[in-house]
This record gives sequence, C-alpha cells and structure tokens, in this order.
Amino acid sequence: MSALLEVRGLRTVFPGESGPVPVVDDIAFDLDRSEVLALVGESGSGKSMTALSILRLVPKPGRVDAGAVALEGENLLDLPVTAMRRIRGRRISMIFQEPMTCLNPVLPVGAQVVEAIQLHEAISTVDARARTRDLFAEVGIPDPEARLDAYPHQLSGGLKQRVMIAMALSTRPEILIADEPTTALDVTVQAQILALLRDLQRERRMAILLITHDLGTVNELADRVAVMYAGRLVEVAERRALLSEPLHPYTRGLLRSMPALARPGERLPEIPGVVPPPDQWPSGCRFSTRCAERFEPCADRVPSETEPAPGRRVWCHDVERRLDGGAGK
Amino acid sequence: MMDLEPHVISNLVTGALLVGIALIARSVRRQRLWREAATQLWRRRRIAILVVGVYLAIGLLDSIAWKGGVPEDVVDVLPNAPLTLIDRAFLGSREASYSAPFADVEFYGGDPLRNPGSHPLGTDILGRDVLYLSLKGARVALLIGGLTSLIAIPLALFFGVGAGYFGGRFDDGVFFLISTLASMPGLLLLIALIMAMGRGTVSVCVALGVTSWVGFCRLSRAETLKLRELDYVAAARALGVTEIRIVLRHILPNLAHLIVITFVLMFSGLVLSEVVLSWLGIGVDGSWGQMIDSARNELSREPIIWWNIAAAGTALFGLVLAVNSVGDAIRDVLDPRTLKEAP
Amino acid sequence: MGAYVLRRLSYGIGVVFGVLFLLFILFFTVTKPDDIARRALGEKAPPEVIEQWKINHGYDRPLWPWQDWDDNLLFDHYERMLTFDFGLSDADDSPITERIASGVGPSLSLTVPLLVLGILVAIPLSLLVAFFRETYIDRMGVFLCVLAMSVSMLLYIIGAQFLIGKVLRWYPISGFDSNLLMLPRFLALPLIVGVLSGVGGDVRFYRTVFLEESSRDFVRTARAKGASEARIMTRHVLRNAMIPILTNVVLAIPFLFTGALLLEAFFGIPGLGSITVDAIAANDFSTLRTMVFIGSLLFILGQIATDLSYGLVDPRVRFE
Repeated sequence: MSALLEVRGLRTVFPGESGPVPVVDDIAFDLDRSEVLALVGESGSGKSMTALSILRLVPKPGRVDAGAVALEGENLLDLPVTAMRRIRGRRISMIFQEPMTCLNPVLPVGAQVVEAIQLHEAISTVDARARTRDLFAEVGIPDPEARLDAYPHQLSGGLKQRVMIAMALSTRPEILIADEPTTALDVTVQAQILALLRDLQRERRMAILLITHDLGTVNELADRVAVMYAGRLVEVAERRALLSEPLHPYTRGLLRSMPALARPGERLPEIPGVVPPPDQWPSGCRFSTRCAERFEPCADRVPSETEPAPGRRVWCHDVERRLDGGAGK
Repeated sequence: MMDLEPHVISNLVTGALLVGIALIARSVRRQRLWREAATQLWRRRRIAILVVGVYLAIGLLDSIAWKGGVPEDVVDVLPNAPLTLIDRAFLGSREASYSAPFADVEFYGGDPLRNPGSHPLGTDILGRDVLYLSLKGARVALLIGGLTSLIAIPLALFFGVGAGYFGGRFDDGVFFLISTLASMPGLLLLIALIMAMGRGTVSVCVALGVTSWVGFCRLSRAETLKLRELDYVAAARALGVTEIRIVLRHILPNLAHLIVITFVLMFSGLVLSEVVLSWLGIGVDGSWGQMIDSARNELSREPIIWWNIAAAGTALFGLVLAVNSVGDAIRDVLDPRTLKEAP
Repeated sequence: MGAYVLRRLSYGIGVVFGVLFLLFILFFTVTKPDDIARRALGEKAPPEVIEQWKINHGYDRPLWPWQDWDDNLLFDHYERMLTFDFGLSDADDSPITERIASGVGPSLSLTVPLLVLGILVAIPLSLLVAFFRETYIDRMGVFLCVLAMSVSMLLYIIGAQFLIGKVLRWYPISGFDSNLLMLPRFLALPLIVGVLSGVGGDVRFYRTVFLEESSRDFVRTARAKGASEARIMTRHVLRNAMIPILTNVVLAIPFLFTGALLLEAFFGIPGLGSITVDAIAANDFSTLRTMVFIGSLLFILGQIATDLSYGLVDPRVRFE
C-alpha cells in the first residue's frame, strides 16, 4: 500500500540576482498513516519551506519549481486553487512556531476556530462554538467556555499554542504539520505541549510532520527522522537507528553537539561554521564546506542516494565509498 | 559685515553648494552601503534621476550672475543689472504682447514680432518668452524645496533627537510643542505665518519650514528612542563616552537614511505648497505657481491662451513627478523593511 | 476607561491653550496691533484715527499680564476665543461669529461627501492593488498614484473647470444653491476634483498598510486553514488595517478643511474656506486667527475621538 503523503523531487526556488535560487532541492520522503516523521535541520536548512511547499503556502516571490506532493495518490501541486483550499485545514493542518503572531489580534480566539470549522463544514455557528469549546477542553485549556471570547493578547504563549492546536485539529485532519511547535515557548510549557501532541496523535491516529531543530523533541515524538542540510536531505532513518548509529557526518555532528549526550566536564563539540545562504551553496555535496570527512568528489559531485539498510537512506560520498569498499571485499 | 550684492552672495552660495555636492558624492563612494544603494537607485530610476539632474543644472545656470557684457542694442534690461547665464541666453527676446508658439506675428492684432518664429513656447501678456520664464522657475522651485529643508530638517533633528535621547522634561516639552503645532491646520498656519512675517522668498521658506518639521521630528524622536536602547549605545555610555559624542557617532549616522528619504519626499510637497501660496498672492516671485496663477484667467479669453499654463504646469509636474519617483525608489532601497515580504 | 478619557481630554485642553498661545505670539507680537490697524486703514492714516480704530477693535490695551493684570490682550484673547466671542472683522467690522455660522453649512455640504466619497473610492482601489501585489496591475496602480500625486491641486481645479465645465458643459463651473435639489449639480465638479486629487496619496498609503498586514503570520494561519484570498483580505487584513486607516481619516479632516479652501474659493461655495481666502486678501487678521483656532479645535477633537475609537477596533487597546 502506498504512503498517505508522498513527496518526490520537491524543489522550491526564490528569484536571486542571477537566476532562481533553490531553497528546497530534490526532497523526497513518505509519510505513513499515524506516523510521526521529524524533519530536522539547522535554521536556514529549508525545512520550514518544505512544509510550506507541501501546502502551497510558499510566500511570494518564491514558488515550487518541480516535484510532486501526492496525498493518497493525488498530486496537490496540480490541484486548482479552490480544491487546494479544501485540502488545507481539512485534510492537512498546520501549526506554526510563533503562537504570539499567528493568531489574528483583533478577533476572539473562539471565532477564529469557528471560522476554521465553518470553512469546511456546513454547520451553524452555535454548533461550531460548542465543538470549539469541547476542543479547547481536549487540548487542556482551563475554563474553555470563558476563553472562547478571549482575544489573543489575553492568553499566554502556551495557551495560544493550544488554541492553534485546537484550530488545527478542529476538522479532524489526517496530517498535522507542526513547524517548530515549541521553540518559542518556555521550557516547562514546551514539555506540556509535546505531551499534548503525543497524546492527541495516539488518540486520533493522525500523521504528524514535525519540523524541529531540536533532537530532544525528536526523541520525544518521532517514529522516523529525515535530516536536512542546506535544502537537501542528507539522511532518513528510523528514530532509534538514527540516534544510536548516525551515518552522515552532519547527523553525527548534530548528535555530538547535544548537551544530553555529552559527558560531564567535557567541552561540547560543535560543527564549525554556519549554513551558508542559498546563493552560496556549493555545487557538489552541500555539507562539503564544513565536513571533516570530505575528500575529492565531495565539492564537485552531488552524492547519490544509498540504502545501507532497509528503510534507511543516506546521501554521502564517504558512506558510498565505504559501502562500495565493503561490497568489493 | 561685508557689503555684498545679492548676485555675489548667490554666486558664492552656488559655489558652496557644488563643493557640498562633491563632498557628499565622495563620502557616498567611500562607504559600501551607500555606494550600493546609489547603484541600485541608478539602476531603478535612471530617467527620473536624469530629469532631476537637468532641473538642477538649469537652476545652477540661473544662479551664476555677473554685470555688464550687454550689447548696446538690447533695450529691455537695466544697464547695470547682474544677469545670469539663462538671462543672457534670452537677451532681447521680449515682444510687445502675446505670441503663439513659433508664430511670426502677434497673437491678437497680427503685428509682426521682433523675433519671428523664435518663441517655442510663445510669450505671455507682457511679451516675455514663456520658455525663459519656465526655465527661471526651476531655480525658484529648487530654492523653495532646498532652503526650506535646510531649515526644517536640522530643526526636526535637534528637537527630535534631543527629546528622544535625553527624555524627561525636555521630551515632555518637545512633545507638547509637536502636538500643538500638529493640531493647527498646516495651510492655515502657513498662511498665518506668512501674513505675520510679511511676504518674500525667505519668509515663505521659513514659514514652510516651521510647518513641515513636525512630522520628521516625531519620526526622529521615535527612532532615537529605539536606538538609545541598543546594546552598543549602552556599552558606549558605560565606557564613559560623552553624550554629545554618542549622539554624533551612534545616533545621527543611524538616522542618515531617514534624513535622505524625508528630504526627497518633503521636497515635492513643498514645491506644490508654493503653488497654492502663489494663488493666494503670498507666493515667491518668479515661481511656476505665479505663472500658473497669472495664466489662469487667460483660459477664459477667446481664442484661448493655453501655452502659458501648459508650460508652467508641465515644468512643475515634471520636477514633482521625477522627485516623487526617485523618492519612492529611495525609500524602497534604504528602508526595505516596510514593504518587503519575508521569504 | 473613565480615567483615561479624563486624562486624554485634559491633555487636549492643554494643547488648545498651546495653540492659543502660538496664535497670540503670531497675531499680537509678531504682527503688532499698530501694524494691523495700518494695514486696515492704509499706511498714511493719521495716528488719532489708528487709536480710535484700536479702541473699536479692542486692541488698545497692553499685551502682557505683567503690564496690567486686570486688562491685557493675552487674557482677553484667551477669554474671547474660549467663549467663542470672536469680535469684529479687522477688514470690514462685520461680526465674525455670524459669518462663520453662515459658512458652516455650505462647508459641510462639501467636505462631508468629499470625505465619504474619498474613502469609498480609495479603500476598494487599494484593496484591489494590494490583492494583485507584485504583478503589473500593482506596479501600474502605484505608478498612477505617484502620477496623480504629482499634479498640483490648482491644475486639477483649472483643468476640471476648463474641460468639464467649459468644453463639455456637464456641470456649472461654479456656484452654490442651498436648495437640496440644485445642490448636487453645483457640488459635482468640486467633488470630482477633490476625490481625484486625493485618491493617489490615499491609495498608495492604504496599499502599504494592506501589504504590511497581509505579510503577517496570522494571514498565513488563515491560508493554512483554507480561507480564500478574498476572505482573508476582507475579514483578516481589512480589520487589522482599520487602525492606521482610521488615523489617516482623522488626520485628513483638517486637510479637508484646508483643501476645501481652494475648492470653495474656486467653485464659489460660500463656506469657511471662502471666508478664509477673503480674509487673506483683505488682511483680515482677526478672522484669520479665528479660522486657525477653529481648525485646530476640530483637529484636536478629532484626535481625541480617534484615540477613543481605537478601543472599538483594536481589542489590545485598553484605557488605563
């Protein structure tokens, strides 16, 4: 059976000084029913842009340039605009990083959830309001009846994110895209929101595409992990396999720089440098400018996909060489 | 105090202006940020910049004057009057009355002209060449825009930066002054000021300056409030740098782009305000506004005299449109955060 | 809320006092009563005639309270302005209050439709331009706005009178009739000119506001839940953009007052604007300073009204 969501060869570009610059380049992954897939990478790696490309919400003047996003075999990129609107919020919902600014400041939060329901269902405002109240209770908002008429500025960041989650869940979507859902929140609130997402995912059996830069969040929630660097995938694997035995040098670097994994008293290793801006990405392996393992093909040739184990994909010349070497022996 | 004649002062000011422009151009070329902005501006608004340049050149040609050198047979100028380059180009062009563009005979009456076919834009009721008058108007317009900005912007900066940086009583006072001035309808205050100060170029410019500094004062106050809170300003203060030095080195340079934007956007508004003042009879002599106002009644003559108002209107519209369009681009280039949509 | 209104009102009163003080400086110290008298009576008027004129017009007292606490022009100026007792015209000795009262009706019959029409034209146009952002419609719209802003008001009036009034003969060139059936014919031309000259700047400003609001995160949220672009514009963007728009509309009220100066004078509408223009021509200082005071008073009241109405549009505003 095919996956719920299949992304193939996705490429998103922004116009630059000399021609279009890709910020998402040749991304391919599957998302199965009731699976949590984490898309991991530093800021500037294109993971948020990948999520927005799936919903066709790339801000102008950017655009999706190539590829396919198939929801149960139907390519979303080919749908007419009105049909796409019926997908958004109904079958695929999204929550964002900044709950502070993602809610309309001049409308009561209840009305905003009611709007989300009424956009997709012929339902009276009274009934939609009742459903919203139940949703508020479900996502753990205390005193839900009173909160319906509250304005965003009257709620804390954690409560606002709960409202966002309630809004996203209001039409029982099959897929929830969560773009850094806890980054902007306090640490204690982060844990609550993660727990809430985990519980909701189990109860409702929905798929989540979790976008994060934090491996701790990955460990909490994800079944599988896709690591992105500079617009491209570098490694896709089951969570356990990836965390215990990372293959790509970039994934290894990410894991090493996690405080939880470091030994006490030891200096935390870091990956030298930063992700270069999109118009300065190298032509070969994108990570080659910062990689400790690089050798001569890295800078010139884009590494091809290798499958060192079932369900595991890596894009790395070094891994390729070792696999070829192993096969040759 | 040396006793200088007006045209000598005008020559000196013109020289100083050219030196000033050269100095600014040099410092723009030295700083990467400004150089890039200038390059981008040139790429986006080549035509408009060239048009502004032409107006500037005409204004400068009309600012350099000297006495003498008038041929004996020219009768329509005073013998010992200083004449500018533009004046000299049109010596002896005056007719007795109206001439249509490129006409050979007078418009009413049909008497032969002194200079047949030599008035591409015709002449006005006094027989003055309309092209000449339109060219003369450029200097007046630039003077109104430039002199007024030289009054308004330093005034706004002094009060705005002072209030924003030092706060306290001074801020309260400035804020009250701003709210009071902003409450008075601009044009009425302008009229009242000119009526109270008397008519003339300088008093028009002072009045325009007093009524137009408030907006920028508010802006620079708000911006200074923001800048004051920045870490490097706090660090400079912690290091014991004097307040004046902080303002000069850290606050003012960060307002430079706003000064440029305000100057350009203010300029066209000022030139347009003068037209209204001219109509009210309290404008500046020789402006396009006065030409338009005096040409207004000629539209009711039969047959219609249209070239006067058309020439003045086009000259005015050309300058204002060019400046507005440069101003638009300057704002986009120097202050992109207001319009750019985030990727 | 009550405390806020009280504080806002008292600041407004303070500004009114400030305005009056500036007017006093301008019209009593920069231009002294002797200057006003000489302009009214001519440079060669004999001193005793000037003295008599100053007595008739109440200018025959010392300026400052420290010269005479009980009888000075400063206190008198405040007292008369604040009680709306504006006295006699410096030019023709007619009572100013009566003239103003007769001018309010014609003025409002022009400015109120002008304000409403201006908003009704500018907001849909700017929504349209903002909706097509980054396309040639948008660029064309912005260019037309800059073009419209670069034409002098005077040229608009002259052009419209010439073209519509004289060549096409659609509407009378100028005139006024308080008969409600005749009025629209006379107001048509000034309204067309007023809307045309103001629409460029307004559309460009509103477009910037709409663009700013439509790049906000909550717009992305609305898109993500499947709202259509038209719904996003009207329900989410427009409501948030109301705050700067409201400010702009109130700020436009005194501009209407001054813009009406030209429109009223050119189109022969006997309103406050015409009175002001006549006062300028006749060196009528007392009428002029009354007009500035009334204009300022209207503006200050408008500002207070805006500040209080923010609470209706923006739930974040709380009056504390």
